[in-house]
Amino acid sequence: MSDERTYFNEMLDEAGAPRQCYSRLAKWLEDKPANFLSRKSKDAETIFRRLGITFAVYGADEATERLIPFDPIPRIISAAEWRRLSAGIDQRVRALNAFLHDIYHRQEILRAGRIPADLILQNEAFLPEMAGFTPARKVYSHIIGTDLVRVSENEFYVLEDNTRTPSGVSYMMENRETMMRLFPELFQTHHVANVEQYPENLLQTLESVAPDPSKSSQTIVVLTPGIYNSAYFEHAFLADSMGVELVEGRDLFVDAGHVYMRTTREPQQVDVIYRRIDDAFLDPLTFNPDSMLGVPGLFDAYRAGNVTICNAPGTGIADDKAIYAYVPDIIEFYTGQKPILNNVPTWNCSRPDDLAYVLDNLEDIVVKEVHGSGGYGMLIGPTASKREIVEFRKVLETNPTNYIAQPTLALSACPTHVASGVAPRHVDLRPFVLIGDQVRITPGGLTRVALKKGSLVVNSSQGGGTKDTWVLED
Amino acid sequence: MLGRTASSLFWMSRYYERAQNLARLLEVAYRGAIMSHSGQEHGSHWTFALASAGCESDYNEKYDELHIRHVTAYMIFSKDNPTSIRSCLELARNNARAVRTGITAELWEAINTTWIEFSETNPQSITQDKLPDFLAWVNQRAHLFRGALLNTILRDDGYFFSQMGNFVERADNTARILDTQYWALLPDNDIVDDGSAERYQWSAILRALSGRRSYRFAYPNSRLKAFNIAEFLILRTEMPRSLAHCYDWIAETAEDLAQFYGSREPSLDLAAALFRELSDKQMHEIYRQGLHEFLTDFIGKNNQFAHQLSEDYNFS
Repeated sequence: MSDERTYFNEMLDEAGAPRQCYSRLAKWLEDKPANFLSRKSKDAETIFRRLGITFAVYGADEATERLIPFDPIPRIISAAEWRRLSAGIDQRVRALNAFLHDIYHRQEILRAGRIPADLILQNEAFLPEMAGFTPARKVYSHIIGTDLVRVSENEFYVLEDNTRTPSGVSYMMENRETMMRLFPELFQTHHVANVEQYPENLLQTLESVAPDPSKSSQTIVVLTPGIYNSAYFEHAFLADSMGVELVEGRDLFVDAGHVYMRTTREPQQVDVIYRRIDDAFLDPLTFNPDSMLGVPGLFDAYRAGNVTICNAPGTGIADDKAIYAYVPDIIEFYTGQKPILNNVPTWNCSRPDDLAYVLDNLEDIVVKEVHGSGGYGMLIGPTASKREIVEFRKVLETNPTNYIAQPTLALSACPTHVASGVAPRHVDLRPFVLIGDQVRITPGGLTRVALKKGSLVVNSSQGGGTKDTWVLED
Repeated sequence: MLGRTASSLFWMSRYYERAQNLARLLEVAYRGAIMSHSGQEHGSHWTFALASAGCESDYNEKYDELHIRHVTAYMIFSKDNPTSIRSCLELARNNARAVRTGITAELWEAINTTWIEFSETNPQSITQDKLPDFLAWVNQRAHLFRGALLNTILRDDGYFFSQMGNFVERADNTARILDTQYWALLPDNDIVDDGSAERYQWSAILRALSGRRSYRFAYPNSRLKAFNIAEFLILRTEMPRSLAHCYDWIAETAEDLAQFYGSREPSLDLAAALFRELSDKQMHEIYRQGLHEFLTDFIGKNNQFAHQLSEDYNFS
């Protein structure tokens, strides 16, 4: 859809001239021979495949490990744009953590009537087991990946907050490494902010929320579901670059309220767990009794204050799609300020008025499952066939509370390498934020790009690719 | 180090060693099969490979006849055969993936590239004439794996566990090859004519263990003799695939491990005892005990050592 609609072109202005932050890149692109980018793309693919930077696709029998297509043209964000973005992200992640602390304690925001109590208390993502417990430094969500889309020169919308276990940061790092190998000359002409400090910042963040920060050395681990998980590469990458153990549930056990890992010698006590498994699989005694992934007794050890789990269990309530519409209220409530970054206007299909509007406008809007992710279970009205719309209408009418809807956004587009050369393709942006003793936002992030002409779906499971994201320094 | 990490490093090396052994076995069988004058009955070359790899009965359940196409499909490419080259390379890579944080980039690249290239190979394209090159490729990739390992990884506990995996598997492989052919290695066979079935068999055994040339150096003035071949492959520590050589390494590595961790475990005693037994023995004593009995006993003890190692260091 929407190639006829107006969208924001990040490289070129209305007159077709390069914007200032893209001027050198535009010139560089112009000077290169026709097959230059194709050749570089091939080089990049070889690098990625050899390093095993792959993701697994669920439900695919053959070739269960695939590469995410990498686009060799960087996406550029100016220093001024980044300052505003990072201020908005900072404000948002602080407010969401304050919100999490509040709803697991006094629930002032519910008492004030700013959010309907049912929406929280009846929500599957709300964990009553967390009530009354205060994690170290009152931080719940230590690692956040805020999904943003750009709709105009000065307007970014927050699409999702991803406060549970956001992934993609390894692509941010590896994309940069690859770009530095492919195009060293571009880094000499652009002052690109570094992203390589991310693992060190992550380690600092995790250490800062250890149960006993005075201990001289903290044992930190990354907890993965194992090699078949779609983000396994990233789990290994993070453990490796932080220099900590990558553990599975079966490597950990709880004894007398403390968590230990099984080593070749005596068990070693664990202080902080950066977990990349869902709440439901953390501890079969507290949550899902069928889980093979978790560690029996982990949650009790956590509540006893003997180990820190990052992100905390129960943070999913902060990025629940049904709560999303209230995030501007949440920001105002806890910070007393207006939100710097806007939400996408959202219709909550559990409200009859909203549902009626959504049903009347299905062909113009995007409908999403409240608990879905990865681009599954959604309807993109403008690109859907008549039949898809008819079928989705039935589903929506049967179970409206399961859905929210948003207008189709005119996602901004960036120059992208395609079969015919270079053409604009729609992108989003996921910067990565760390919250511990301070808030650290890595200048850059993961840019996902919809490689198909006109497509607005950037998910890697649906044919999206990634780009290196350059934040320029003044 | 996590117990699971130790286990993965151990198995990563074991599977690579196994893949290489399989490639060599198939090479020998292929060679025998194309040599019409070897005096062997049709198909027996493939039986040698299947039996030495321990998958003869599974093969016979699946296929009615011994045919090169079936044997290569089963021993190289089969997903159902847990000891096909494919399975070994895949399991080695899975174990390596599980310890990505514990191995070097060079080692990972060697393992990963091998797997990618192997899985991109169309089994149909490996016709009879392409088989030797393909097996040589597997062999070379295994050498690359060993080289990358030996040249890049830290000499710490991870190195010790991967060395253990390598030599436990190699010892097992050598003992099995000898045991499937033990009848050809009985000293009575030393009075046979050139060109006999036994003579062919000796040559095959030596080739399968990369020892045909080095035998000449170890026994400079001797023709192929059952007694010498058995001694070479069992007792001579300078032969890198002999049982004695493997246990020389294992006993030394067990000692390194004890020093590294500052405590002695039962597996160390097993390794030391087995190495002592091999160093003290003479070939004629082994013949007196019975070659087959000796080899069966050795295979059992080697397994027992591997099991004790996994107990001592919490492989889970």
